[in-house]
Amino acid sequence: MDLSVAIGSLRLANPLIAASGCFGYGIEYSDVVDLSTLGGVAVKGLFLAPREGHLPPRIVETPSGMLNAIGLQGIGVRRFIAEKLPDLRDRRAIVIVNICGTTLDEYVELARILSDAEGVAALELNISCPNIKEGGITFGCSLTETHSVVSAVRRVTKLPVIPKLTPNVTDVASFAKAAEEAGADAVSLVNTFLAMAIDVETRRPRLSNIVGGLSGPAIRPIAVRMVYECRQAVRLPIIGMGGIATAGDVLEFMIAGATAVQVGTASFVDPFLWRTLLDGIRAYMTRHGIARLNELTGSLDTTREEQAWISS
Amino acid sequence: MPVDVDATVMSNTRLSDDYCVIALEASEIAALTQPGQFVMVKATRGLDPLLRRPFSIFEVIREASGTPTGISLLNKRIGTGTRLLYEVEAGARIACLGPLGRPFEPIEPPMKAWMVAGGVGLAPFLTLAESLRARGTRSTLFYGARTANDLYYVDRFERLGVDVVCSTEDGTRGVRSLITRPLDEALDDLGDDESVKLYVCGPTRMMQAVARIAASHGRACDVSLEQVMGCGLGGCYSCVVLARDDGGVPHYVRSCIDGPVFDARRIVWEGLTH
Repeated sequence: MDLSVAIGSLRLANPLIAASGCFGYGIEYSDVVDLSTLGGVAVKGLFLAPREGHLPPRIVETPSGMLNAIGLQGIGVRRFIAEKLPDLRDRRAIVIVNICGTTLDEYVELARILSDAEGVAALELNISCPNIKEGGITFGCSLTETHSVVSAVRRVTKLPVIPKLTPNVTDVASFAKAAEEAGADAVSLVNTFLAMAIDVETRRPRLSNIVGGLSGPAIRPIAVRMVYECRQAVRLPIIGMGGIATAGDVLEFMIAGATAVQVGTASFVDPFLWRTLLDGIRAYMTRHGIARLNELTGSLDTTREEQAWISS
Repeated sequence: MPVDVDATVMSNTRLSDDYCVIALEASEIAALTQPGQFVMVKATRGLDPLLRRPFSIFEVIREASGTPTGISLLNKRIGTGTRLLYEVEAGARIACLGPLGRPFEPIEPPMKAWMVAGGVGLAPFLTLAESLRARGTRSTLFYGARTANDLYYVDRFERLGVDVVCSTEDGTRGVRSLITRPLDEALDDLGDDESVKLYVCGPTRMMQAVARIAASHGRACDVSLEQVMGCGLGGCYSCVVLARDDGGVPHYVRSCIDGPVFDARRIVWEGLTH
């Protein structure tokens, strides 16, 4: 039974990637999961410099979901390379580094620095964080800027380049297309949905940042639809995400068109879920006689049954 | 290394309309528990509420032989999750991940330990009291609540050899004041040759006041901070508190893995919203 998948030149042992922003730098979870058994680990979004992030409260729960406005707190790329990367390397993790800049030059600089570091498997371009004012999502909401940042990073690195797309646009497929034309190796989607919650007693927003990003099972059907739309628009591998919590959810994204998936919010609830997901995927493959999991990608059957009962 | 236990509820003892103590069969967690640590508890099998909630480990439950068999949680009905837990019945199962977090460091004699608890902030102190007793460290519990009916487990602490000083806001038990007043007076009365360390857990403004009092008397003080947590493992950066580093520069640190216990001098209290 072959669970491996390919994202461009990057071969993953299985399609399960820990989602950026939901798994710290990976080391935090090394007590509960053998990092080498994951398809990959997308580490918390890094800027060039350390950042403190937003004032608390930073999260609030909503039905079947949660809003966050962490504000990309982080240690910066140099400390990451010095303090975290060697440990991740020792643990044989496939490390996907999520990078975020306020300007195009910062993305390029981050890509250069990380291309020289040993143990980085791919770069995920965070052009979709809804929680910071400068940079990030402003690139991800403009087709021309998406194209420029992807092509600029493409020029300075041999690493697979994976822009992470925002769902907070009218037509996400056109952004996948822009990324493909600019030389991306894959796209990952979706980041969180811009959202809001209010305490009606105090009339105050529940997040200090007022708005935040919605994740969790609540968003899954919209994310599946967006992966499906992107599958129609581009030939690039797609890394799908948004509310995945069960093996069935993983398979749903793959059938819709994803080659691999990321799991975030659900790993907060069950940090041991990776094994359960893999077991569930294997059971499905056995049940359906599937030898290679990658056959499933984009296998959605949309043929219609002949409506014989109408004509008869 | 934390373990995730699908724990059977052995009992749910309602102490009042708001408070209950839930005993859980969780020998693996019980065996690893150090004083002041917490567990992440899933109040429902469903998706609403979605996330687990942090709870101090209130008691380590042991057989007569001393073998740990479970833990208990002190629960106060406040929101959706705590309301569901208040209503849980014996025999139900609750996912429980732990033990987590940086524990209290119990001091050794001749130093004395003064625990200061407000309301549900009593929760981390039974495990600490047991640990202090095992070391032969003399301990006192300063315990404040709104009214006498909100003071729980006082006799239990006394049986562990803890001196208990109570205060209530309405004067129905102990002195009529916030707990900070008897604490302040006791610190005034303490000789210069006597050394004491304070351990505090309760409402944020109470902990801030105790930290200030401890500092003014030049006494060491650890606080146990409870923040809204997403994961409990350091993954999400939700539960941050503003704490000074060795150079005195404040940074957001994760209360789940850098805490929940902090040296009170590190905390920038104005940075805590509740």
